[in-house]
Amino acid sequence: MSRTILVVAEAKGGVLRQVSYEAIGAARTAAGDGGTVAAVIMGSDVTRLAGDLAVYGADCIYSVDHSALTHYHPEAYFAALQAVMQEVRPDGVFFGHTAWGKDLAPQLAAALGAGQISDVISMDTDDSGELLFTRPIYAGKAMEKKKFMSTPWIVTIRPNNIPPLAAEAGRTAPVTAVAYPEPPLAAVIREVVQNTAGKMDLSEAKVIVSGGRGVRSAEGFKPLEELADVLGGAVGASRGACDAAYCDYALQIGQTGKVVTPELYIACGISGAIQHLAGMSQSRVIIAINKDPEAPIFQVADYGIVGDLFEVVPLLTEQFKQALQT
Amino acid sequence: MNIIVLVKQTFDTEEKIFIAEGGVVEDGVKFVLNPYDEYAVEEAIRIRDDMGGKVTVVSSGPERAAEALRTALAMGADEAVLLNDERIGADEHAVAQALAAFVGTEPYDLVLGGNFSVDNGAGQVAVRLAKLLGIPHVSAITKLDIADGRAVCSRDAEGDTEILELPLPALFTAQQGLNEPRYPSLQGIMKAKKKPFRELTLDDFGVTAEARTARAELFLPPQRQAGKLISGEPGEQAQELFRLLRTEAKVV
Repeated sequence: MSRTILVVAEAKGGVLRQVSYEAIGAARTAAGDGGTVAAVIMGSDVTRLAGDLAVYGADCIYSVDHSALTHYHPEAYFAALQAVMQEVRPDGVFFGHTAWGKDLAPQLAAALGAGQISDVISMDTDDSGELLFTRPIYAGKAMEKKKFMSTPWIVTIRPNNIPPLAAEAGRTAPVTAVAYPEPPLAAVIREVVQNTAGKMDLSEAKVIVSGGRGVRSAEGFKPLEELADVLGGAVGASRGACDAAYCDYALQIGQTGKVVTPELYIACGISGAIQHLAGMSQSRVIIAINKDPEAPIFQVADYGIVGDLFEVVPLLTEQFKQALQT
Repeated sequence: MNIIVLVKQTFDTEEKIFIAEGGVVEDGVKFVLNPYDEYAVEEAIRIRDDMGGKVTVVSSGPERAAEALRTALAMGADEAVLLNDERIGADEHAVAQALAAFVGTEPYDLVLGGNFSVDNGAGQVAVRLAKLLGIPHVSAITKLDIADGRAVCSRDAEGDTEILELPLPALFTAQQGLNEPRYPSLQGIMKAKKKPFRELTLDDFGVTAEARTARAELFLPPQRQAGKLISGEPGEQAQELFRLLRTEAKVV
């Protein structure tokens, strides 16, 4: 079966997010033989990114480029997306399960009266060729496969799970500019405070160095940050560390907080309460560093070190620093 | 200020999940008010205490969800409504339709909900509801100030903070950090028993709720096994871990 699929691409800091390429990969599977993968990029000064979408497999690209779209605005982005929907009339739409996608996708679903399957980590088909979408529930303590009962449909995909297509240098695709409809907006953006300038988002990080109560203070996160920096990763935290105000709730990993699936998860001073394990146990490789040999975190860790994180973590940072310099 | 708070009853986050006969086993499970909805209830109570008005909590769910509504009443909400109708089910389109039918019959200035539920975790229903009601919304807020029929809120966007201003009526979903939810007091629990509690079905609104998605399979992820413990002095441990990551796990 061939379908027309629209990918809602997302730019951050002037570049496309990795999850947008992953969404094109998912869309290609869903489109089937002879199907079409369209992609839309919305924002200000973003048309120049269209080429990257083509290289990663989009067949045609729509761009809504307007100063009103400089920052994510729920109503403005929705209006822009609707204008593109009318051009493309897709059978299915893919978003990243990101701050944007989580806000924009349900708006579109409600407006279309469409079904939406959120936070998808893989896709396959049943015996009749129908698409099945796998998603974690209870923060990954269980999994479900879902299917749609009507068209059009909407999916958000979790970053870091669905492989992108191989980049095809020199591949091009037609780019259509769609006018921003300039709707009246109820909400006004007063200010955007960028707390994360230069820092990687947890959901997309390949490496996460995470701290728990064992980190003992806000200052105690310093060695974790240094290790994350060396590895090009992000810093996360357990609920215990957040509740103790060692760090911001934005860093919390667990059933409350974020669910993450990095290549490497380094848990420092985290005991491993079930609600934390739910948020990280789908990571590919897990390291646990904890003073308490009985800590449940060791039950899910590929490598465990019983020891003082303040001794071990800086030594580990030093190891990586030396290795990466040579 | 009439405030409607959307709540859901969920498994306690400490619960393990077991599957039997194609469903999640509920026997002996401790249920709680979804943690994100607690923030929404707390915020609603604070706004009401400050500005006057009424807080109505509403949930779409089975009979047991009444307990979560009672918790919200014990915290200080004024009225509760349980949409208890098997025809609604778990599909987000259907749930949003049912909630829209109810909210549409109520006077409201403000609708609050949790950013997502810790069981299904899709985070769709509240945003869908805003669209169905035709009111503006902001999701994942960490701060909300209401004055003169307008709201100023802070939205958590993956760590960045967006500050938006918008007119009421509007819908907001609560992110961690919005407030510190209170525990119900004994007095609150006693009072909750006498507060208005309505149980409604789709027939009360003359609407239908259609599922757009269906579950085809439910399963548990593979269990992780405990791996290697690395012994020695801290220096040796760090060196050995580094070696294993390079040669065995091949991650860095």
